[in-house]
Amino acid sequence: MWLKHMAYHSQNQFFFFFRMLRALFRLPFYATETKEQLYLLGVKSLFLVILTGVFAGMGFSLAFAQELSEFGAKNYLGRIMSISIVRELGPVLTGLMVAARVSAGITAEIGSMKASDQLDAMIAFGIDPMQKIVVPRLIALVIMLPALTVVMDVIAIFGGWAVATLAENVSSSLYWASVRERLTFGNMFIGLLKPFCFSFIIATVSCYKGFTSEGGTKGVGRATTESVVLSSIMILVVNFFLAKIVFQLIKGYL
Amino acid sequence: MIEFRNVHFAYDEKEVLRGINLQIDYGETVVIMGPSGSGKSTILRLLLGLECPQKGDVIIDQQDICNLPEKDKREIRKNIGMVFQNGALFDSLSVGENVGYYLFEHTRMTLDEISEKVEKMLGFVGLDSDEIIDSLPEQLSGGMQRRVAIGRALLSTDPKIMLYDEPTTGLDPQSGANILSLIKKLHLERNICSIMVTHQIADALQVGDRFVVIVEGLVVFDGSLDELRESQELDVLNFLAPFRESLHGVTNKRFI
Repeated sequence: MWLKHMAYHSQNQFFFFFRMLRALFRLPFYATETKEQLYLLGVKSLFLVILTGVFAGMGFSLAFAQELSEFGAKNYLGRIMSISIVRELGPVLTGLMVAARVSAGITAEIGSMKASDQLDAMIAFGIDPMQKIVVPRLIALVIMLPALTVVMDVIAIFGGWAVATLAENVSSSLYWASVRERLTFGNMFIGLLKPFCFSFIIATVSCYKGFTSEGGTKGVGRATTESVVLSSIMILVVNFFLAKIVFQLIKGYL
Repeated sequence: MIEFRNVHFAYDEKEVLRGINLQIDYGETVVIMGPSGSGKSTILRLLLGLECPQKGDVIIDQQDICNLPEKDKREIRKNIGMVFQNGALFDSLSVGENVGYYLFEHTRMTLDEISEKVEKMLGFVGLDSDEIIDSLPEQLSGGMQRRVAIGRALLSTDPKIMLYDEPTTGLDPQSGANILSLIKKLHLERNICSIMVTHQIADALQVGDRFVVIVEGLVVFDGSLDELRESQELDVLNFLAPFRESLHGVTNKRFI
């Protein structure tokens, strides 16, 4: 029974994704809403991302430095930091943090609009909710998630640097030199491709869950929870396969 | 003209409408009554093309609304103003933005032109525009929200048909009476075809020219007030039994 339910929703979510893509290239385009969402989803997440970045970077740096010092390889700290943060930690942490913050908000907003007939009112006024509500959020996420990831990367590497130089006696120039060594095109490409894909996951899951929420306020609450859980899990799953596939494809360029 | 031809509709497994036949001409004021869950609101949703019947057709001006592309549906919806149950105002927009919503979205009017129209409309529905134009819908009382919703529907496109879904439910008697007189005024001044769905018989009797009673997804009565009083149909009698008094008490239904 639950398998049938899951298959049904996966299929619908898949169709929703394509409807969303089609709507992306169709008019009308709502510039005011998009600007508002860029601010709400992007700029407002900045502080959260910075805070996460600092502490994640510092924590990583501390753990790695202690482990590496056993082999007398502290000088490689920068390499490990840049590879793990740019390729894995940055995109995934940003994706998860933004998913937690944003997908709950989007689902709750659309869900309560549905519960109070506002979506139907919108259609009755000749406005397509896909164009008016979904597309601005999708565009905002597609632009802002990679941007936030870059911020996260930079901040986390700086956090790592702070711990490395202040607590672990790694020389600053050595740290930066070894960070630069691993900032290759391949690593940065993967590091930016991931958040680009995650933004579609977050937009699809959160909007779909909002539009399909049923059963009043309780239903909206359930949909919100499901939306956060599902988008977080999908980010982690897609993260792995994306790394695997893309790594195979561009191996020669790394 | 609006026509329902043998319309069947079900939500998932639950059958709501079981073969509705109905014809409504422009200029009529029709009240659709029935107990809760009898499929009244569904009729309005079908009319707007928000849902499509599983069997049968919903015809508006000789066009089957469900077989039309989205663009043509939008054209038909331009002739229809809908007042949803509880208003369905956009709660993140101010009252003024709500009422002017259609003009903001679909016309190239300047802000001044729109706000002039909005103020006029708020006056028409009996609200003090200076006081409420900038407030959010949640700051208004239920009756005021309902009136803003009517204003919003009216300002959209100068509709030929107005649909009201339980316009007086949950309001105090005074606000309810105000809404009813507004509906009546609209009908008299603008000759708009009104279709009102309600389970509050006393309100229904004050407004309607024609009454339709739906019980368990079927039309069990369709006719004038006098015919309704005389009706010996068992379902109608059962449905009206608690309201006998108000049914015979109404003498002057044009109360404004």
